[in-house]
Amino acid sequence: MSVIIDYIPLILKGMLLTVELALLSLLIAMVLGIAGALAKLSKSPIARSVAGIYTTIIRGIPDLVLMTILFFGGQIIVNDIGDKLGWEYIDISPFMAGTVTLGFIFGAYFAETFRGGILAVSRGEIEAGIAFGMTPIQVFLRITLPAMIRHALPGFGNNWLVLTKATALVSVIGLQDMLYNANLAGGSTRKPFTFLCAVAFLYLVITGVSNFGLRWLDKRYSVGVRKA
Amino acid sequence: MDFQVIIDNLPLYFQGLWTTVRLVFTALIAGLCLAVPIALLAASKNRWVSILPKAYIYFFRGTPMIVQMYMIYHGMGQFGLMRESFLWVIFKEAYWCALISFALNTAGYTAEILRGAIAQTDFKEIESARAFGMSDAIMYRRIILPSAFRRALPAYGNEVIFMLHGSALAGVITIVDLFGAARIVNARNFVPFESYIAAGLFYLCLTFLIVWGFKMAERHWHAYLRPRES
Repeated sequence: MSVIIDYIPLILKGMLLTVELALLSLLIAMVLGIAGALAKLSKSPIARSVAGIYTTIIRGIPDLVLMTILFFGGQIIVNDIGDKLGWEYIDISPFMAGTVTLGFIFGAYFAETFRGGILAVSRGEIEAGIAFGMTPIQVFLRITLPAMIRHALPGFGNNWLVLTKATALVSVIGLQDMLYNANLAGGSTRKPFTFLCAVAFLYLVITGVSNFGLRWLDKRYSVGVRKA
Repeated sequence: MDFQVIIDNLPLYFQGLWTTVRLVFTALIAGLCLAVPIALLAASKNRWVSILPKAYIYFFRGTPMIVQMYMIYHGMGQFGLMRESFLWVIFKEAYWCALISFALNTAGYTAEILRGAIAQTDFKEIESARAFGMSDAIMYRRIILPSAFRRALPAYGNEVIFMLHGSALAGVITIVDLFGAARIVNARNFVPFESYIAAGLFYLCLTFLIVWGFKMAERHWHAYLRPRES
């Protein structure tokens, strides 16, 4: 038992990295998601098709494969560009690669969620905004965005939960998240099952806390909406 | 980029493709067989009946599949009893470990989809089944399950795609599926871009095939929902 206690700080350190990774990639994914949703709804056929290709390809290829493509390939591309521009060798840290990759992948899923949310905002509210003389940006920031959050929230919650679980994949490309550390600890103590159970439990904790937060957000954003 | 390497290694990719398809198909069938009883029990109004299947669903949906796979592949060896039993023949093979964890995982997700579909059954349908004097078993077989399966179809299509994408994990534990084949090609020739992109294209084609298949299935099973052509 004491052997296991020795490894608890290592696992918790990994958990911190997992949470950091998830939150940072969520940020990137949301920015990309909003951009993707706006592009999908825009009048420009070029923006629409670029966004369409982005979401189709990302959602058609496994995240693990995408992660390896972007992790190994991204390194080569960045340095090829760097070579031509005369930069020195740039070493992309696995953390950065993992964050950007996860953000890039989940941006496609968020684009679909946000697109649905924006479409659910009633046309009248937007027209009212235009009638008040707001610019398109003002209409988006003051009317569409706040009103869309309520509609996008269930999909957002789903994506977030899938994203937290997808962070476990970064252990495959060598990032020391909690799964990586648990495998390490399990290998040296010959008790892999015990440590993997601990990791599974910690994931359930993250999921539970997220569910709690999401319910609070849902309540807050549905103020003024009557429910049957 | 040099795609000649990929063309030279096409047989390996096709071998991987076959392994992926076999793995996903078997896991989906086994998972569906497990999911139906789990969903029926989880949809029960009796709390003592539904608590275990609900815990199963919660665990398998709440933890990453890679953790579940490692628990079976690396974890089972921890128990001396397991290593000495006849089951060890199965649990020491990476292929069987992957298959078992995929099937258990998809069973959890599918059970939740089915449970939701069963819970949404229009109560009038149940009332009229009772009025016809159907027993519970007949009512489930003739009324509840057929309509629940129909309602579950679109969500199940998504689950099949998720299973296909999740199956790439098999490549991590030495199985030569599509991802595993790409890993081998990369290790032998150091062409990370080409090898993984080729695997990605194969996955993309499989995804499109599944999407198309479910569209056809929905056209058939949801025919009564289509607007009438005049």
